Amino acid sequence: MKDMGEMLLRREGFSEIVIGNTALVRAMVESGVGVVTSYPGSPTPEIAAAIASMPAAQRPFYFEFSVNEKVATEVAFGSALNGHLAVVFFKSVGLNVAADTFVQLPLMEITGGMVVVLGDDPGAHSSQNEQDNRHFAHLAYLPVFEPATAAETYAMFKEAAALARAKKTAVIMRLTTHVCHAKEKVAFAPYAAAARDNTPLFDVKNGPYVPIAAAVFPMKRRALQKLEQFREYADDSPFNMVFSHNNKKRGVVTCGTAYLALADALAFAGDRPDVLKLGLSHPLPRRLLSDFLQKHEEILVLEELDNILENEIRALAQSRGLASAITGKQDLEDWIGEYTPERVAAKLDKVWPDLLAPRPEPTRARPAVPPRPPQLCPGCGHRSAFHAVKNALAVGDITVADIGCHSLGFLPPYEMGQVLLCMGASTAAASGLALANRERKVVAFLGDSTFFHAGIPGIINAVFNRHNLTLIIMENGTTAMTGHQEHPATGKNFNGPTTAIPLRRVLESLGIANIRELDAYSQKKLTAMVKEALAEEGFKVIIARHPCMLKHTREQKRQGTWKGIPVRVNQEKCRRIHECVSVFACPSYQIDEGGRVHVQEDLCIGDGSCLQTCPAAAIETGNPGGEK
Amino acid sequence: MKQEKFDIFVIGVGGQGIGLLSETLIRAADYAGKRVRGVDTHGLAQRGGMVASHVRIGANAHSPLVMAGQAEMVVALERHEALRGMNLFLKDGGTLVYYDAVWQPLNVRLKKEAAVTAASISAECRARDIREVRVFQTGLADPRMQNVAVLAEICRLNLIPGLEAGHVEAALNDLLAGPVLEKNLALFRKIVQA
Repeated sequence: MKDMGEMLLRREGFSEIVIGNTALVRAMVESGVGVVTSYPGSPTPEIAAAIASMPAAQRPFYFEFSVNEKVATEVAFGSALNGHLAVVFFKSVGLNVAADTFVQLPLMEITGGMVVVLGDDPGAHSSQNEQDNRHFAHLAYLPVFEPATAAETYAMFKEAAALARAKKTAVIMRLTTHVCHAKEKVAFAPYAAAARDNTPLFDVKNGPYVPIAAAVFPMKRRALQKLEQFREYADDSPFNMVFSHNNKKRGVVTCGTAYLALADALAFAGDRPDVLKLGLSHPLPRRLLSDFLQKHEEILVLEELDNILENEIRALAQSRGLASAITGKQDLEDWIGEYTPERVAAKLDKVWPDLLAPRPEPTRARPAVPPRPPQLCPGCGHRSAFHAVKNALAVGDITVADIGCHSLGFLPPYEMGQVLLCMGASTAAASGLALANRERKVVAFLGDSTFFHAGIPGIINAVFNRHNLTLIIMENGTTAMTGHQEHPATGKNFNGPTTAIPLRRVLESLGIANIRELDAYSQKKLTAMVKEALAEEGFKVIIARHPCMLKHTREQKRQGTWKGIPVRVNQEKCRRIHECVSVFACPSYQIDEGGRVHVQEDLCIGDGSCLQTCPAAAIETGNPGGEK
Repeated sequence: MKQEKFDIFVIGVGGQGIGLLSETLIRAADYAGKRVRGVDTHGLAQRGGMVASHVRIGANAHSPLVMAGQAEMVVALERHEALRGMNLFLKDGGTLVYYDAVWQPLNVRLKKEAAVTAASISAECRARDIREVRVFQTGLADPRMQNVAVLAEICRLNLIPGLEAGHVEAALNDLLAGPVLEKNLALFRKIVQA
């Protein structure tokens, strides 16, 4: 088996098939990065997985998962003031959490240099929105590299790191989901490991570092001057490329994966347009763009999500009196979703109907296939919790979800968590729903990693302002959705053992007296507990605890200690109530056309959480060879 | 001359080992001397949702994503997903290889929608001139080996131009080790040599 850690640290150059996230880590190693921080979130966790593959003793930089993106950005910033080249990475919406810190970065002379790696998520594959973080780059006067492939991710990071260090600033690498996860063979350069100088170099003379009142203006001026230097760089950057097909009439300006989709769509084109691919999407190369506009009568600006390039290019054309006809977004749908090859082909059909040869259309109507949304795993403690909580609620009671695996409770049949805003928002949103509301009980859900990330302020506010609601903390002992990272209550961090901060102790220290806790598998007790809590006034907390069974069973199977006992349905006892398959709804239960229920052996982990749910007591622990 | 192009859309359910299957195909294609790229589903969908991988063989593939309706082959590890993959990505006249496991989607279990049958897949394949290869092995030691059974069937029937069993074995050697590698190689060889 190939060893990723060995590969990432290899001194000689080599070629290997990698995803963008892995290529990024090799670029960090080669660039002499000193400190890397993050909070887990798709599409970026595999960056940390690649870092973890390097043995700790040989890892050439420090890494931590911080408690949230804001803190991660601050730790990276601080280390860069001491002269370390620093990297912070997180998902798209993580930048909202980090924003207060992030927008200050351009004001600072970041002596070590800093790269902010963003995992944007066009298509909202694993996020609550598909926000276009290029807006934030404009807000913060920071340059943005936008790779399209793993090879570009590797090359652009090295460039971004060198520029960040040279200009003593932060540079953004904007990856997207299908850059982070796309695989290809990448040629890597040799790695010359250098001894690290850990002298703490922070010096106020490099500042000013305190932006208060009038002190802000020279700092802002310097930020704008640096951005102008990047604008000059943009015109000569090797990452802004023109692909000429000697087309005098038509040109396309594009960036990121939209370029790749365009290249595929143009396989169907006869007379191909020229293409300007922007690797640096902010600030724009004005000379290069003016030249490209001048040479083409018709310009299509092809950009995924928002019309940021389009607006800037229109402004440039107007200010320079360039007469090219510019087309960008044409209707609202152009703003929504990923620019896949078929989407881009359809867009080209609309803009230039004569350009592409017709593609084969479906020859007949496609038969229906039931959708398959993600769901809670077999044995998941959240399923037991939702099943029990639902039984305690009255029609009309309001449930508020937060981010994490438990967000999936909104799906039928549980329909627990009717509103979902963002990380840590459930308690405060539920507080608002409870205001002046004496009729409908309000319940908020919150996961344990999210509790530490952004959940605590809403809880303090509920205590402080005496809000009347029930908070159910779904404690599974990990950051499950993003791949089982440690959090402050687990007693471990990325680098080893640490002081555990038990969730209950935090709640108690906030003066919350009304706390109940139990194992989420105790469904009847949990139902009773929720009913009790709902009947009481004030802010009540229930900790419904069960380890993440995906993580737990994996670990125990590895150690050979897993003692699952798969269940079966006793067909003689089964009264076809279907509580197991349609109400408790563990995916292990399957139903045939006649209404007969059986257990899919490949799925059942033998956790037994379902045994208590059958009114006919027809679920039995299987005996070898017995009917499943 | 028309450039060689072979797009494969791989589909299944989170937890079935789609990632290993597609990574093996990509590495095997590389061992076969072909230019290849692709992408897997990560994140939320891995929790029991539909997961897909794109594998694009050929020098002219730019995006890691197969264009809808343009795949030469769909490889599926589950019956419902086989039909979904065909609907979305497979060309008429292409090839469907699927492992006939059934993991009922939510609406089937909630009695809101009917399950997909093997017969309906066969009928759709006939109507669209699609070569159908159904794989099912009784007595697999571990359901996570279903992906290797599918890889072996692809090699046994020479379904991917230029891809030989040795390329797949080399890829598996890159990705697995110890007893897991041995068990998977044993199953692979048993099917390829059948």
